[in-house]
Amino acid sequence: MPGINLKVNGKDIMVREGVTVLEACRQSGIDIPTLCHHPDISTAGNCRVCVVEVDGSRTLMPACITPITPNMVVHTDSPKVRKSRKAVLELILASHNSNCPECVRNKNCELQELAERYCLTDNPFQTMDKPESFIEVSPGVVRDESRCIMCTRCVRTCEELQSVAVIKPMERSNHVYIGTFQDMGLSEVPCTQCGQCINRCPTGALYERSEIGEVLAAIEDPDKFVVVQTAPAVRVGIGEALGLPTDHNTGQMAAALRRLGFNRVLDTDFSADLTIMEEGHELLFRLKKALVDKEPVALPMFTSCSPGWIKFIEHKHSALLPNLSSCKSPQQMFGALAKTYLAEKEGVDPSKVVSVSIMPCTAKKFEKDRPEMRDSGYQDVDYVLTTRELARMIKMAGLRFDRLPEEPFDRFMGESTGAAAIFGATGGVMEAALRTAYEVVTGSEVPFPGLNICAVRGMEGIKEADIPMPSKMAPGWEFLAGATLKVAIAHGLANADKLMRMVESGEASYHFIEIMACPGGCIGGGGQPIPTDMEHRLARMKAIYAEDERLPLRKSHENPEIQMIYAEYLEKPLGHRSHKLLHTTYKARGRT
Amino acid sequence: MERKVLLAENQPELGSALRKALGMTPADVAFEVRDAKLQGRGGAGFPAGVKWVLAGGASGDRKYVVCNADEGEPGTFKDRVLLEKYADRLIEGMALGGYAIGSDQGYIYLRAEYPYLVPVIEKAAAEMRRKNLLGANILGSGFSFDIELRMGAGAYVCGEETALLESMEGRRGEPRNKPPFPVNAGYLNKPTIVNNVETFCAVPHIILNGAEWFIGLGEGGDSGTKLFSISGDVERPGVYELAMGSSIGELLDLAGARDVQAVQVGGASGRTIKKGDSARVLSFRDLPPGGSVIVFDSSRDMLEVLENFMEFFVHESCGQCTPCREGNARLLHAVTALREGDVCCQECLQPFIDLCDVMAVSSKCGLGQTAGNCFRDMVGGFVELPLECNCEGGDS
Repeated sequence: MPGINLKVNGKDIMVREGVTVLEACRQSGIDIPTLCHHPDISTAGNCRVCVVEVDGSRTLMPACITPITPNMVVHTDSPKVRKSRKAVLELILASHNSNCPECVRNKNCELQELAERYCLTDNPFQTMDKPESFIEVSPGVVRDESRCIMCTRCVRTCEELQSVAVIKPMERSNHVYIGTFQDMGLSEVPCTQCGQCINRCPTGALYERSEIGEVLAAIEDPDKFVVVQTAPAVRVGIGEALGLPTDHNTGQMAAALRRLGFNRVLDTDFSADLTIMEEGHELLFRLKKALVDKEPVALPMFTSCSPGWIKFIEHKHSALLPNLSSCKSPQQMFGALAKTYLAEKEGVDPSKVVSVSIMPCTAKKFEKDRPEMRDSGYQDVDYVLTTRELARMIKMAGLRFDRLPEEPFDRFMGESTGAAAIFGATGGVMEAALRTAYEVVTGSEVPFPGLNICAVRGMEGIKEADIPMPSKMAPGWEFLAGATLKVAIAHGLANADKLMRMVESGEASYHFIEIMACPGGCIGGGGQPIPTDMEHRLARMKAIYAEDERLPLRKSHENPEIQMIYAEYLEKPLGHRSHKLLHTTYKARGRT
Repeated sequence: MERKVLLAENQPELGSALRKALGMTPADVAFEVRDAKLQGRGGAGFPAGVKWVLAGGASGDRKYVVCNADEGEPGTFKDRVLLEKYADRLIEGMALGGYAIGSDQGYIYLRAEYPYLVPVIEKAAAEMRRKNLLGANILGSGFSFDIELRMGAGAYVCGEETALLESMEGRRGEPRNKPPFPVNAGYLNKPTIVNNVETFCAVPHIILNGAEWFIGLGEGGDSGTKLFSISGDVERPGVYELAMGSSIGELLDLAGARDVQAVQVGGASGRTIKKGDSARVLSFRDLPPGGSVIVFDSSRDMLEVLENFMEFFVHESCGQCTPCREGNARLLHAVTALREGDVCCQECLQPFIDLCDVMAVSSKCGLGQTAGNCFRDMVGGFVELPLECNCEGGDS
């Protein structure tokens, strides 16, 4: 492909047409600092940290938005550029609450890094006091306006990736701030608590509402029986959060949790397998009702694992709530069973069980407090920690994660299959459900090499696949013979929104749709390590599928502990106890 | 009051320029404006005809003509006079723009403070429609063009053309990143020309009399005439029409300026000149003339004037880009400190003078790029401080 020649800092470089000065320079090994730029979202060009000098241009040009032109002559480190860049950073710092040691993003902050790089030690623009913390708390997401540098990455994330758009710049000039409709706060507007804004905040202006203190107190309390579950995506994030490689951290994670003092170290992957049993059968039940009984039933059915997605549909597409699977998320299934089945098995008083979950997610912090989530007779999940919070606990406890042995999870609710592991990646729930449902109705394995249903994998925003049914079906499912199961997958709420509009208009005719609120699925969740961008999401996704390949069992219905819980406690999918403990209802919520 | 062309008593017959243009090709109309070297009368001075030629050549299923009537520069009131008395000429100019670029829809974005002009403009448009100079099939030519009014909401920054377009589209009035420029992707992402009221008003005259005639009106290489609103310490404040390229002294004499200490040319974002600079020229070559000329006599405290201007910018910055959002507030702090005698020396002031340079080259739009002008000019021209710093070690 023909390239474009330009000269950067006196050196000739050639890049492909259509890239920006920033991309051209970074590709050529020349770094330009940025703050308002994030590869997942549109460019704003508002921080002005990336300005460069371009010959023939009256002003400096922001590298992040300036397209390259043939024979452009660019200077990224001229005296004029250095002077401007330093002044711009000083201006930002002068109105930034630089209480770095007391900030959750200390040593993981883009502003701090630039302040260090440019030696900003004596700020001539500190003409007034720095702002003091001004904190707004919502169930999952906390905002501290005093650390906000008005890069608007959160605003663009909320609008472009998530179609939620509940945060906007308010006021103007140096009174500008990121606010919500009528300053009602995130709790009172249709914020989904997905936390994607947190993942893109360059500073500590956005972070999760931490429950580390409560969890430590529960662990300390000898009267409590503290059980912990860990979501599929946490095991491919925790290493990164500790500065270690992404892969193969499951065993060390279990070991770390045990050393942190949890009484039982269990696995959300177990309840992910359980979700497949329930949700797979629910889909088949709905199909049978529609095709055989000719009864009105809501199709396509939507997955319900992602609490950000649930809150989104409750706000924005509430007419489609009947299409949501009634299955609780794996976290909440686990919680309901921890204080019933597990308590019974372990012989402990359920009132003494404290159930903690480690999630890649901030919306889970909202989900666990939903009034519907008390079917065990207690609050099913007491505390939710993000992947980042777990990393902090591990550091606090002085554990050398990389030197820990690989340990297994505890019994009863610790066993899982590869089908559960892939829940963490977009398309994973679909693939896991198909592996089980197909076998239920046909009596044979899904007809894909190595059980890998590649059509539902990958980073495309909306994916679809047709799964043809064979002519020979298992007894009772003959009505599906020769039919084609049409499925779709969306990740990131903007894509979900698009897909919902297609369903509403009748343009889409699917049977089953998987939605994950976060780009890439849970691996890109709002509780995952920062930075989270395509590069990191792909690495985590790769690790998740490697985990699937590594596990001896790869179909949820083959999980021996799942077979045991049905034999001893739940009887059958969609049975009486399942309905009481594992299924839930939804409610329409306001749009403002 | 000087009335040369735009404000002349005898105006050409309404619609005569449009009639002439409809006999030309659209491209030739754009070329005529370009060749007349008509520089944008809003204050930035970008050649209007270049915009027209570019927008005419841009691809788009619809194109738009937008008149920037958000006259917000402190001390400017020349567009108000045109809107009051010559709204029909303005609309004719817009229709000429529509013909030149291939647009059937124009908008007048009217300053929030000018609601009383709405019926005036509506009446002029109705009259033009009645005469078939506006609306469908103008003068039987097959060319259709109509206009609508859009009200601003009071933000100064919406006079910046891309912030204006954002505002028209119902969003927060914040300047866009350029490129793309409005001529390629403007209102609703369609090719759009945005021109000032006075710019459009000049176009019928150019079409009727030709580019050469228009160039001949200017002085010293400049083109056409220009309206100036002069206010402050003068005996005869008001709007004057002078040749572009006239000296500031000529204007001051006309308005009856006495005991001049300083003249602010181009509004708060313009340049400040001192007594004795009367030979300087009202031209984009020297003192960019938006339209505002404010005269300060020797009784005025220039630091107080500066503080007022900086308060204005702190109030009006959209807050989007760092240099403007934070920089103006710091400059205001520095002015306040100067007024209170808290700046001991030139050395301590220097970071703020440097900040003006940084804002000029790194701000996103014209507002931030020019907000430091008055600080630099007034502090440089009217403040004397010891060069060396004597605050080190402290004296208290």
